[in-house]
Amino acid sequence: MKFSFSEEQDEFRTALRRFLQAKSPTTEVRKQMQTDQGYDPGLWQQMCEELALASLHIPEECGGAGFGIADLAIACEEMGRALLCSPYFGSVVLAATAIREAGSDDQKRHFLPGFASGETIGALCAVEGRGGWAADSISMSAEKSGDAYQLTGTKSHVVDGMIASLLVVVARKPDGALGMFIVDASDNTVSRKSQNSMDPTRKLSTVSFAKTPAVLLAADNSNEAYERTLDIALACLASEMVGGAERLREDALEYVSMRMQFGRSIASFQVTKHKAADMLLDVELAKSAAYYAAAAIDDGDTDARGVVALAKAGASDAYIQTAVHAVQMHGGIGFTYDNDTHLWFKRAKASEVFLGDANQNRERMLQNWGDNS
Amino acid sequence: MTEITENELRSQVREYLEANWDPNRGLAEWREMLAESGWGMPHWPKDWLGRGLPLGMTAIVDEEFNKFGAVGAAKMGIRVLAAATILEHGTDLQKEKYLKGIMTGTETWCQLFSEPGSGSDLAGAATRADFKDGKWVINGQKVWTTSAHHADYALLLARTDWDAVKHKGLSYFILDMHQPAVQVHQLKQMNGHASFNQVFITDAVVEASMQVGELGEGWKIATTTLMHERRGADSARRYESGTDRPERIYEEERQEIATVMAPYTWYPQRTGRVDLLVERAKAMGVWDDPDIRQDIAKTLTIAKSAEWTARRARAASQAGKPQGPEGSIGKLAASIVARSANLTHTKIAGPNAMLTGDEDEAGGVVAEILVSTPAISIAGGTDEIQRNIISERILKMPKENRTDTDRPFRDVPRNQVG
Repeated sequence: MKFSFSEEQDEFRTALRRFLQAKSPTTEVRKQMQTDQGYDPGLWQQMCEELALASLHIPEECGGAGFGIADLAIACEEMGRALLCSPYFGSVVLAATAIREAGSDDQKRHFLPGFASGETIGALCAVEGRGGWAADSISMSAEKSGDAYQLTGTKSHVVDGMIASLLVVVARKPDGALGMFIVDASDNTVSRKSQNSMDPTRKLSTVSFAKTPAVLLAADNSNEAYERTLDIALACLASEMVGGAERLREDALEYVSMRMQFGRSIASFQVTKHKAADMLLDVELAKSAAYYAAAAIDDGDTDARGVVALAKAGASDAYIQTAVHAVQMHGGIGFTYDNDTHLWFKRAKASEVFLGDANQNRERMLQNWGDNS
Repeated sequence: MTEITENELRSQVREYLEANWDPNRGLAEWREMLAESGWGMPHWPKDWLGRGLPLGMTAIVDEEFNKFGAVGAAKMGIRVLAAATILEHGTDLQKEKYLKGIMTGTETWCQLFSEPGSGSDLAGAATRADFKDGKWVINGQKVWTTSAHHADYALLLARTDWDAVKHKGLSYFILDMHQPAVQVHQLKQMNGHASFNQVFITDAVVEASMQVGELGEGWKIATTTLMHERRGADSARRYESGTDRPERIYEEERQEIATVMAPYTWYPQRTGRVDLLVERAKAMGVWDDPDIRQDIAKTLTIAKSAEWTARRARAASQAGKPQGPEGSIGKLAASIVARSANLTHTKIAGPNAMLTGDEDEAGGVVAEILVSTPAISIAGGTDEIQRNIISERILKMPKENRTDTDRPFRDVPRNQVG
């Protein structure tokens, strides 16, 4: 279903949008983003228990709903639209996906039910300094001691690292290949420090390990498991971004439609109309790519990796461009803290580089392009 | 008429073709037979060379023709629009006189709508039609006329009432192109091709019986013509190549196609030819250049996204869902894709982008791309008009203030031409 959604998917989206409109208005976003933990545990519980949102892409035998990435991406799109403050992306999209892709059957059955019910909040620790999420910039190595592993070093830009009870750490195995390791966040060798995040709706932290005991997720091809985790996260991020971009576009249109200057609606100026048309084009193109990418993963397309990277590159450019236009269309008020536009502007800016910027994803796209051109 | 099932229809077509199809016949003879049997234009009315088949079922007939390798009626170019307009608004005399020549391909048509003074503003046409001694006398200038240099007849939009407001003063005529009062000149484009013509009309004559519809209804009728043009854009502008089979009828069809398609050899290049980017980068030895790779990926990203957006629009319409905004941005997206592809081809070619013709390592194709993409953001509705349409119809923003619809057309400021 690369070009349309099923009736069930449309209904799911409608219900979720209504829920988030009620539960995550910008007054609530502003309230949560100023807290340390960055989310409302009561709302999280409701999302997980009543709507089963955390279970979507977790296999049925692991306590999940067994749906596809396209369904997960719908949830992300709506959350991006509402700018929901929640550990959803960090825990469900990043950490649970890593276990789903890299865990043995026993490990999946052991860890994933907690994610599906929302009781476990996880975080993926991958980045070391400026290198970002690319596999070749990860150098932390895991030392083997007997059957177990030990981790030492510092990871940064960990989404929701402060609130996670379980950490998935990306590090090199003794053979040099990438591995993903489970760490109990409450272990006394783990120290965490929150990072000042430009986008306060998505909390970042550093996590340091000092000979921390770790369990290797037992996938045969752990390099590929990490890449697949990135693919799924990139597709979800692209969807989250187009959801935010569309909301910005709609809000800016609503504003110019009521704003009067020179005795007329500023929406009647052709320069404003043409900008609004361009914004629609940018957002619709990015949406099409995001939808296609999520479905390409579900369909097992051989070019899915390239397509997903395309979608993230497109979303990076479209979201920040839309945000820049949205501030401009609001004029002076758009630069104030009281106006809500900057909340999405900051999410757009942070998302621009999250999981790799547009340039990095364009390169990832071409390296996995095949005969698609 | 009783509803016919798909299977019944298929067997009827097969029966007819088994009995009559012979590739060694001449094209004209075969098309005469199609006119008589109604299988050439099966959706036309039974009284007028068709079989009254619902439009949605013609694809089935086409499929059966294709299975046989059978040639169909003449369907390329403006002739299809002429037929649709005449069938909808024409008199019996006009149908009698023109429909057969249209479908057999023996007579060629062109469309005299656009003028040097009215491009995006088509209803501002100022070519005049004056009624003198029982006939219409036409004076004015038309432009962007495909096929005018070999057309037998033209669909003509001309002003008959200068005191009426703009859209109410136009009437619709069929003009015989074979008169000295009609002069056709090719219009050479910036890419060297001449796909269109300018038509100068000085005291040309139209018989009173060749007025289509009522006086003053010209704009309404032109709108239906344009609607058919948009609907048929995919098939009418298809890059037909015919088949290379040896029999006589295929040879004649190839000649017909070659004549119709001759002006359009550069059309693929105006899209920017995204399909050639990777191949050209490899051929020029710059596939590993990180800067060029970024440009290629950027162009591919918008091109694929635009393609997938069009597929979304199609899927929504097939599912019977209301059309969303994704259906209205394709034309504008195509412009942006073409512009981006042009920039990327330029970087790939490097200094060779300064060369043209045979000097171009891609046999002239890249050189042609570089000077052809500006067409796509103008032809068929400029980017600016597209943005107006998107903002007004989709985004419901206020319409432009107009100063041309509230007064007699003679008082509306307009271009001085000629």
